[in-house]
Amino acid sequence: MSERRPVRWHIVVFLAPAVIVYTAVMILPLFATLRLALFAEVEQTRVFVGLDNFRTLFGDPRWSASFWNALGNNFWFFAIHMAVQNPIGIALAAILSSPRLRFAHLYRSAIFVPTILSFVIVGFAWKLILSPIWGIAPNMLDAIGLQKLYAPWLGLESTSLTTLALISVWQFVGIPMMLIYAALLSIPDEILEAGECDGITGLSAFWKIKLPLILPSIGIISILTFVGNFNAFDLIYSAQGALAGPNFATDILGTFMYRTFFGFQLQLGDPHMGSAIATAMFGIILIGVCIYLFGIQTRLRRYQF
Amino acid sequence: MTTARHSPLNSLAAHAALIAYVIVALFPVFVIVINSFKDRRSIFREPLALPDADSFSLIGYQTVLKQGDFFLYFQNSMIVTVASLFFILLFGAMAAFALAEYRFRGNLLMGLYLALGIMIPIRIGTVAILEMMVATGLVNTLWALILVYTAQGLPLAVFILSEFMRQVSDDLKNAGRIDGLSEYRIFAQLVVPLVRPALATVAVFNMIPIWNDLWFPLILAPAEETKTLTLGSQVFIGQFVTDWNAVLSALSMAILPVMGLYVIFSRQLIRGITSGAVK
Repeated sequence: MSERRPVRWHIVVFLAPAVIVYTAVMILPLFATLRLALFAEVEQTRVFVGLDNFRTLFGDPRWSASFWNALGNNFWFFAIHMAVQNPIGIALAAILSSPRLRFAHLYRSAIFVPTILSFVIVGFAWKLILSPIWGIAPNMLDAIGLQKLYAPWLGLESTSLTTLALISVWQFVGIPMMLIYAALLSIPDEILEAGECDGITGLSAFWKIKLPLILPSIGIISILTFVGNFNAFDLIYSAQGALAGPNFATDILGTFMYRTFFGFQLQLGDPHMGSAIATAMFGIILIGVCIYLFGIQTRLRRYQF
Repeated sequence: MTTARHSPLNSLAAHAALIAYVIVALFPVFVIVINSFKDRRSIFREPLALPDADSFSLIGYQTVLKQGDFFLYFQNSMIVTVASLFFILLFGAMAAFALAEYRFRGNLLMGLYLALGIMIPIRIGTVAILEMMVATGLVNTLWALILVYTAQGLPLAVFILSEFMRQVSDDLKNAGRIDGLSEYRIFAQLVVPLVRPALATVAVFNMIPIWNDLWFPLILAPAEETKTLTLGSQVFIGQFVTDWNAVLSALSMAILPVMGLYVIFSRQLIRGITSGAVK
């Protein structure tokens, strides 16, 4: 760009709406929230308290117990997604991408259906199906002779979080499936045929040739899962309410922040503590994204076909 | 493709595994929808049976239509989704065009700035967003939701669309310039029609999360007249927990519009995901 040229106003016109909306509704509130976390309300005025809110959140027994509980639950929630959702997604994609499979379109669309449903539908539908009153789950277990295994999974402290995580897995398995499927389709046939010449077929072709080639996509679905899980809220809220019962067993950072911000039962809402929790979530997500960008993504070898 | 990788036994096993998973994926939806058409007694007696002449009943739907203002909720959801998509596509395409077409100081930096929002969820800023909406009087209006969803959708839209716009041939645009078209008309009449598939992909990606969102309607627009379908069914179902007919019918009514949209757009959606637009 030369200095003598006049200002090219059309560039400004093209950029302005997006930049204004994005800055005003996303970036500024993000920083305002981080800033609010440094304030507190004392006698109805907003005063600067530095890092006091964080000291309360991490150190004060009344707050820290809930915070560490929510954080621990959130990590368990994420662990189940990584251990169940992504392997199932990869397996389904591997089967779907096998050559000359008939009805592949149909299977793909059907398996993706839960992903398009809202959390409200998913939460309530599973609540009804697992409910001891309606009895679909106990009756079905009875039919295969396993009724002893039935328990009101969503109602027990020991099982409710795992059950909800599995419901969420059921809902979102379509996303890793699709992304891995796309990655598998982009592997050229020549590579697989070269493997065949060396006697690598079937399962060993998957482990030795395809899996190493789709590692970058597995990295992407891992970070997408991480970000999604650490700002999850809707499913827990739909199925268990803002109190994330039973006895906060299903409380994760999203529901904890919602309760703190808006108040519940006898406790008043506190936007400053809410902001402090949001800041903690922001920090966790940022750490996760940085680990991915600098620790994992740069080490994965990408192949150009 | 050779037949060495392909044996009938393998393909049988593949179909068996896929069918088993399809059943797992569709079973809950199936159970909810068939039971919404039955009377209360048959819901409990034979939950897995299809409705027949004996057990068929629309009592649940009647309750829902009488009690809940579902047409209003549906209309709100439609307005919010369509308006947000419109602004995401319009503003996103404009910004993407500026980034892809012109070289100016700060181009790369602007691209990075807009891309920040791809990884950072907008929910983190909820506390300040609510304060801002209260201050500007937008709380409990559909505009609050439209603004938030537009801001949320823009980063990925700009990213995807600018990738596609870089592929539009320069010769075509320069021919337009020689013919005296303004930069605005080159954008609107030459470039936008050529990236229509990418626009459709962005629209489909954004449509489902906006339609299904519960968090922002709950916080920014919980008033009766601005409830979206997702929030409306959440509240309605919460009130009618013991009326199984009504709950099942409300769930089915919430499922059906999304399924309709999915049937219409599934090819576009799946093509969008598998085309590698999000890589």
